[in-house]
Amino acid sequence: MALIEGKAYVLGHDVDTDQIIPAHHLVYSLDDESERREYGHLALSGVPESGAGLPEGKKPFVREGYFQSDYRILVAGRNFGCGSSREHAPVALHTAGVRAVVAGSYARIFYRNTVDGAYFIPLECREDLVREIRTGENLRLDPEAGLLDNLTSGKRYRMEPLGDVAGIVEAGGIFAYARRNKLFR
Amino acid sequence: MGMTVAEKILARASGKTVVRPGDVVEPRVDLAMSHENAALVINQFQDIYKGTGLEPRVWDPDRIVIIFDHRVPAESSKTATNQKKIREFCAGQGIWHFHDIRGDEGGICHQILPEYGYVRPGQIVVGTDSHTTSHGALGALAMGIGATEMASVWTLGILLNLEVPATIQVAVTGRFQKFVGAKDLILHLIGKITAKGALFKVLEFHGPTVERMEVSGRLVLSNMSVEAGATAGIVPADDRTLDYLRKDAGVREPLKPVKPDPDADYDRLVEIHVDDLEPQIACPHTVDNVKGISQVEKTRIQQVVIGSCTNGRLDDLAVAASILKGRKVAKGTRLIVFPASSRIYRKAMERGYLRDLMESGAVIMNPGCGCCLGVHQGALGDGETALATTNRNFKGRMGNPNGDVYLCSPATAAASAVTGVITDPRQGGKS
Repeated sequence: MALIEGKAYVLGHDVDTDQIIPAHHLVYSLDDESERREYGHLALSGVPESGAGLPEGKKPFVREGYFQSDYRILVAGRNFGCGSSREHAPVALHTAGVRAVVAGSYARIFYRNTVDGAYFIPLECREDLVREIRTGENLRLDPEAGLLDNLTSGKRYRMEPLGDVAGIVEAGGIFAYARRNKLFR
Repeated sequence: MGMTVAEKILARASGKTVVRPGDVVEPRVDLAMSHENAALVINQFQDIYKGTGLEPRVWDPDRIVIIFDHRVPAESSKTATNQKKIREFCAGQGIWHFHDIRGDEGGICHQILPEYGYVRPGQIVVGTDSHTTSHGALGALAMGIGATEMASVWTLGILLNLEVPATIQVAVTGRFQKFVGAKDLILHLIGKITAKGALFKVLEFHGPTVERMEVSGRLVLSNMSVEAGATAGIVPADDRTLDYLRKDAGVREPLKPVKPDPDADYDRLVEIHVDDLEPQIACPHTVDNVKGISQVEKTRIQQVVIGSCTNGRLDDLAVAASILKGRKVAKGTRLIVFPASSRIYRKAMERGYLRDLMESGAVIMNPGCGCCLGVHQGALGDGETALATTNRNFKGRMGNPNGDVYLCSPATAAASAVTGVITDPRQGGKS
């Protein structure tokens, strides 16, 4: 797994799937490229202003008129992705350019969707990174070693191991995992 | 050390004698449900076969159920086209457990599955909807999954790489006061253990209060277990479960309830006594922001919603009708009612509930999810407040980020519709 470098976008606790992608936008097709990129434009558009890009807030995740975000790594609190089973939630983040999320904990369905679709790497950290990292700071994540470096502050944080889903993450999604195990032809 | 219900079901479905939390298993799936998001599952499913030269075939069309409920009848040409694609797929694959937009056998997926006897105790049920946890009310292990994972299930008939979850035992004692019930209990539990209190774990409901509860109430407990983060919410099957399946759902073949072992190893025990439980309200914008009704009484509301996969069942409509009969919905407040299925709609009509509700000023809609998730009818205006028997109050949930949603029981919703403010049904309701 390659190193991931990029700017941090920091969110609070209990960021639900309606904040990640509001339900009324779910009409766009995922197999049509021009429609799929709309999800990039709309990613995190339901986050209340006060919680959008902590600690200050009021920082849009995707700039007006763009389909990709300037931020590559999300830092979030507990229970990230709670709510709906909609796979559009990790797809929206992926389409916007997110390559990793580091959260206190995840809702299971969102977590599995992320892993199964290989949209990005979801890691957990026991430290309260929401208080430690500021939106816009430069991060470098080594998923293999489980280390996150804040290049701006010089601090280093240890991630929890991936655990049960490591095999799916390494294979590159659940289809690749099934092929590797000779389940799909 | 013995096993919990979830562990026993997973052991059986994985061909093992014992499983423990933390084990990774690949169990056989008994039932796989999808609604309109089957369109996305179909895309992923066809992807699996790309370049193999093989014709995509689902592993067992008899074990797949497709139900249209999220946007019915279609609110846009895009939705209608998606629904058309799913209809054609079902015909092509021989998926005949298909509930189209119909007034005779349509409805919300989490009502149709129990109502038509698709779910049995001991089964493994997966659905591409987070509230698939509902079916744990019949003693099954039922959980929500995403579209990609469902495509894998459609191909293989098993769940890949599933962690065996630990189980939290919830023991409920006491008798509810009048107009207090299952919804108040589950909201209270979520408030107590929080929205992350059961992440990656199973809630298993026990105690005399749950044993006395009808299946309709148990469905509320299991339905909203996911709001505490639970993978599944299980009420161990008992005589009441079997009665429901035989008499209401028309199941004929032998049924085998799965009971937890007396020495089952639980993650922890949560005890709740309901004698003094007042009606509970989940306040904006998280489901665990739960307060006793006395703390939010008199909050002005513009919209009341009674319905959804949580509380659109016959007894919900009955209690609402009993409170609203002969009274009027307050001026400046609108009451929208969504029965959970066509069958419930018809029974509510035959018993006069719909007449009583309409005469009070309620608008009766066709069964569906659209209003609850804010994609089809019943949207809020800027600055408006809704009181709903639904299951989520996230910001923007009812179609408007500038609106507020409070969650409650059908009795509280009905009593509040009369006054136009949040009202304790124990005072505002009549018997």
